[in-house]
Amino acid sequence: MSDHEYTPTSKVGKWFNDRLPLLTLANHLTDYPTPKNLNYWWTFGGILTFCLITQIVTGLTLAMHYIAHADMAFESVEHIMRDVNYGWLIRYIHANGASMFFLAVYIHIFRSLFYGSYKSPREIIWIIGIIIYLLMMAAAFMGYVLPWGQMSFWGATVITNLFSAIPLVGEGIVTWLWGGYSVDNPTLTRFFTLHYLIPFLILGLVVLHIWALHVPGNNNPVGIDIKKPSKDTVPFHPYIVIKDGFALLMFMIVFAFFVFYSPNILGHADNYIEANPMVTPAHIVPEWYLLPFYAILRSVPDKLLGVVAMLSAILILAVLPWLDTSKIRSAVFRPLYKQFYWILVADVLILGYMGAMPAEGLYLLIARVATAYYFLHFLVILPVLGFKEKTLPIPLSITEPVLGGSTNLAMAKNKESLDN
Amino acid sequence: MKNFIKLFSILVLFFFTVTQSQSAEKVDYLKTDWSFKGLFGKFDRGSLQRGYQVYTEVCASCHSMKYLSYRNLGEKGGPEFSQAEVKAIAASFEVIDGPNADGEMFERPAKLSDKFVMPYDNVKAAQAANGGAYPPDMSVLVKARGGGVDYIYSLLQGYEDAPSGMTLDEGVHYNKYMYGNKIRMSAPLSDDLIEYGDGTKATVEQMSKDVTTFLMWAAEPHLETRHQMGFKAIIYLIILTILVYFSMKKIWSRVESEV
Repeated sequence: MSDHEYTPTSKVGKWFNDRLPLLTLANHLTDYPTPKNLNYWWTFGGILTFCLITQIVTGLTLAMHYIAHADMAFESVEHIMRDVNYGWLIRYIHANGASMFFLAVYIHIFRSLFYGSYKSPREIIWIIGIIIYLLMMAAAFMGYVLPWGQMSFWGATVITNLFSAIPLVGEGIVTWLWGGYSVDNPTLTRFFTLHYLIPFLILGLVVLHIWALHVPGNNNPVGIDIKKPSKDTVPFHPYIVIKDGFALLMFMIVFAFFVFYSPNILGHADNYIEANPMVTPAHIVPEWYLLPFYAILRSVPDKLLGVVAMLSAILILAVLPWLDTSKIRSAVFRPLYKQFYWILVADVLILGYMGAMPAEGLYLLIARVATAYYFLHFLVILPVLGFKEKTLPIPLSITEPVLGGSTNLAMAKNKESLDN
Repeated sequence: MKNFIKLFSILVLFFFTVTQSQSAEKVDYLKTDWSFKGLFGKFDRGSLQRGYQVYTEVCASCHSMKYLSYRNLGEKGGPEFSQAEVKAIAASFEVIDGPNADGEMFERPAKLSDKFVMPYDNVKAAQAANGGAYPPDMSVLVKARGGGVDYIYSLLQGYEDAPSGMTLDEGVHYNKYMYGNKIRMSAPLSDDLIEYGDGTKATVEQMSKDVTTFLMWAAEPHLETRHQMGFKAIIYLIILTILVYFSMKKIWSRVESEV
């Protein structure tokens, strides 16, 4: 929201802009005042945009060669891998791109958790983000079904069967989802349709996400409100553009390593076996990015309650802005929250690991404790912490990191004079 | 920046190890040097050609390879048989074509564009001929098994007498590396089972290595291109990253803030 009015210099530009203010929009985007102290954890928004576009472009190309039919899907994927020019490259980018997308989104979400970016006035940005995340999971799950390998088929069977836990209408819903009495061709064709649709829904939501972001502006590592534009901000272009670009390139190196040197490491070997309804794989495991939730699902002995727990684990994030009662955003000034934050990170990683292990013995016990802690963090620790925690003094502005007379201020002042 | 790089690399590493431990079950497979592993990994042409010989003379009597065509045998990055050799190989197989102008199906020698001829007409026929077990299609077999090439290589050499106390049903064999140790396939290889055209001694170990190399190529026919392109792509990205880093430093030097 730049405060100044923008007028194009050229006559044609002015004529066009008066009718459709695209140039004003472009000007707003390039001038957008951004806190200058953003660290590299803030570059993942741009990286995620790149991931989404990559998935859409490679996905469109794959869809030109893929055949959504139970008898031909597996073969058409092999056709892409062997005979389509650079089909192997496009498919490996798309398949690994999904993993990269989730890697980036998890960093993005946990950045938000650390710096309190979900708090007032950014609740709507956060909630749109959670909806995007949910849609991403749906898209990824359905995408994994499309090659029609063993894990595709059995993963689809397990996940769709979760709906049968709903009392009374559960069985009916499952039949309706399948379009038959088991996962079969009608399931595949509708999953393909939805897999094609969802990315565009995500794209629309991303526009809203950014729009909502541009109202209050970015949060920042210090977590305080800043005046815009001011000494604390830099225009988005070129400062943030080049920084995001640099981070994106580093991310692409990791991405390229997966695509070119271990393209199948993130997938499951069983998915190179064509789907066979008569043979159940020894272990049915979802993709790595769904494992924490899979662990939560399995740690509850009752099917219905397990499904409820799994869904709540995601939906609880949507009410996070109201569960966290602390007025202070950044964990930098919340010594206790900082510790609980890292415990939560460890907890989610442990859940992810347990999700990959068989649900028995010690694994199951650990998964149950970790599940309980996950909910404890959001439902008890966060609300209580806001009242009990003694926070550190908050700086007035980014350029003056800490209020009055501390050594930090002296250092900052010193540095400023040096820079000048 | 330093903190960020540290944390990010820890994350990626963790991510890598977790997925690694998830995919590979802890079995000590037999090890051998695979020429196609690593940054510049390429197939050993001789090994691929011998591997094809093992496949066609031994495996192909039960195992299909339905996603491969004869033309693939002459393509770059594969066994690279000469065009004449590939044509001769194709012509040695009979395929059913048709219907012709009279509405009849007819047999003709295979052409380059034909898919590999299948040993059985359908899954049921394959099962009937193999005591109920279906010999899996070999097109993507190495990618369809947790241990990959090491698993296949070990399995081929893993036949042993069953340990005492273990009873095997009729037609079931003991294999050290098979999941559950019971396998329907009898030991397919034995020393000097075939005679290699290039004079290499056909030991079980040699044949296992050759045929596994061949299967790796069959599953990943573009592996060599992938490795070459990957190296170029990553070098390109690294150089560009360095250039962008210095541009970034220059641009940010206008504000008194660290990047």
